[in-house]
Amino acid sequence: MKDYFLLEGGEFKCYHQNMKDKKNSTSWVLDVAQLARIELSKAEETKFAGQLGAVLENFELLNKVDTNGVEPTAQVTGLSNVFRHDEVINSGNRESRDELLSNTPEVENGSIKVPGVFHND
Amino acid sequence: MTELFKLTIEEASKKLKNGEIKSSELLKSVIDRIEKVEPEIESFITKTFDIARRKAKESDKRYSSGKPSSEIDGIPVALKDVFCTKGIKTTAASKILEDFIPAYDATVVKKLSDAGAIILGKVNTDEFTMGSSTENSAFGPTHNPWDASRVPGGSSGGSAAAVAADECLFALGTDTGGSIRQPASFCSVTGLKVTYGLISRNGVISYASSFDTIGPIAKSAADVAIILNTIAGNDPLDSTTVKEKLPDYTTFFGKDIKGKKVGVPKEFYGAGLNPEVEKILKLAIEKLKSLGAEVEEMSLPMTDYAIAAYYIIAKSEASSNLARYDGIRYGYSPLKTQSSKSKIQNLIDLYFKTRTEAFGNEAKRSIMMGTYALSSGYFDAYYKKAAQVRTLIKKEYEEALKKYDVLITPVSPFPAFKIGEKLGDPLSMYLADVDTVPINPAGVPAMSIPAGFTKDNLPVGMQIIGPHLGEGKIIEIADAFQRATNFHLKKPKIQDSKKQETNKKQPVSPTARRGG
Repeated sequence: MKDYFLLEGGEFKCYHQNMKDKKNSTSWVLDVAQLARIELSKAEETKFAGQLGAVLENFELLNKVDTNGVEPTAQVTGLSNVFRHDEVINSGNRESRDELLSNTPEVENGSIKVPGVFHND
Repeated sequence: MTELFKLTIEEASKKLKNGEIKSSELLKSVIDRIEKVEPEIESFITKTFDIARRKAKESDKRYSSGKPSSEIDGIPVALKDVFCTKGIKTTAASKILEDFIPAYDATVVKKLSDAGAIILGKVNTDEFTMGSSTENSAFGPTHNPWDASRVPGGSSGGSAAAVAADECLFALGTDTGGSIRQPASFCSVTGLKVTYGLISRNGVISYASSFDTIGPIAKSAADVAIILNTIAGNDPLDSTTVKEKLPDYTTFFGKDIKGKKVGVPKEFYGAGLNPEVEKILKLAIEKLKSLGAEVEEMSLPMTDYAIAAYYIIAKSEASSNLARYDGIRYGYSPLKTQSSKSKIQNLIDLYFKTRTEAFGNEAKRSIMMGTYALSSGYFDAYYKKAAQVRTLIKKEYEEALKKYDVLITPVSPFPAFKIGEKLGDPLSMYLADVDTVPINPAGVPAMSIPAGFTKDNLPVGMQIIGPHLGEGKIIEIADAFQRATNFHLKKPKIQDSKKQETNKKQPVSPTARRGG
């Protein structure tokens, strides 16, 4: 099976794993959760490892399909580069800005306030 | 006049136009019905009856001055809670959006309002439409009107149950992998998944953007056609919408289907198909034959790979779409309460706490699966491979639908299952979508219509698949079938008694079919 790489503490680490390893361990789920910005409890780690492992194993069915030379399909519309005129529509006033920001937890001077990247002060 | 809530759009529209009934009378009948059956069905998340009453009075005035806005002026509608409604809570059945109030209407909501339809409120769904049972809702499950211990299907389970229980004359749902068709089948109503891009997705909360479609759930194929006339068409705010001039869908009513070519793909009738469902489908196909259709067995060999390809792509797109819920701009946020805010150390801490605390299990599984499939070492093995298989699936449907007008398949391998039966086993829940998911990668339209009932009186649907922009062909066949049968007219007997205990976990049955 393939290698995969995760950014941990500023450096890339290389993992080797195949389906068999996935069944015997659950730590790979923690790695994926970390990338996805989700914390897991120990019980969730075990539960999701079993559930996701079963689904990923099912996905391996696709290895039976010969896709040599087949172009991937990302969308089915047949459309490309749909443009519209660069015109301002229905925005720009104070009222609509306030309406859009009414769901925002922290607003200061009409701007969205965000916690610090390193420290919250 | 009693029991106006039972009317179809076609019937109600006629009565409204000739002055036999008023919009506000129709609305009152439907609201009374909701109050009566809702303790049993639980399809609504948010009710907007006060606004509805005001709008119905405006509609009364339009009718009395002889100027209704459209065929659906005054018709009460329920919206799946993923359509943004200006000033009205829109939750996607997720804790992460439990207090979210949109600043604008989705394009389809605006089109319905402009046409005079009366919005009753927002109905239940699986969280972010991820699921096949409506059990993944942060607000609890909805119950199947035919048997309250069973699921209504999903994810548009609230929409389908509301139509089946006569809590509205029609509803809007969304279909990413069967989310309109499977609940329509489980609840014995008529649901259409349109050609990708036929209806604007602007203002509709996304699951998997390259599969997501909007569509009506109604009491007949004729009603579906009436609704399509109002909501289909190009929208500058959704660049994936079709540019073609669309037909008047009501011109496909009452057609003779003699000589129509109907393909029956054998892969959908294999092992794992419930024998009662199979029998009902066979009888329905016989009915089409008796109406003059030329039926032929054919093959779609890629069907076996559709589930895997679909779920890899859907979960990959879902993980990207759900990245926007970060606790900063809108939705659930630890910043909203002083006690949890003081615990936030920095930006990444906010991301982790927001997502961990407010996403449900299926959303978390989706995000993790998508993150995994898109991670650098696995991208080719999963996402790219699935996108290549998608090309082959799409090609297979294109070829088949050059030869046949429509294809007929089951909508689900089995009728509605028990609440709790599959909840702890996501793989078996995914495999239950085997008959509906191949359609979304192909992008073609498909409808579920009532085709019969099992000996336990559970509804079974029939899927009619048409070519790209072939909604008219589907409506022709469905309407002809409904004029020759009365499955779609049968109503569930909803008990007035106190609700049975339905949350008991049931053992998982060995329902998995295909997909190794």
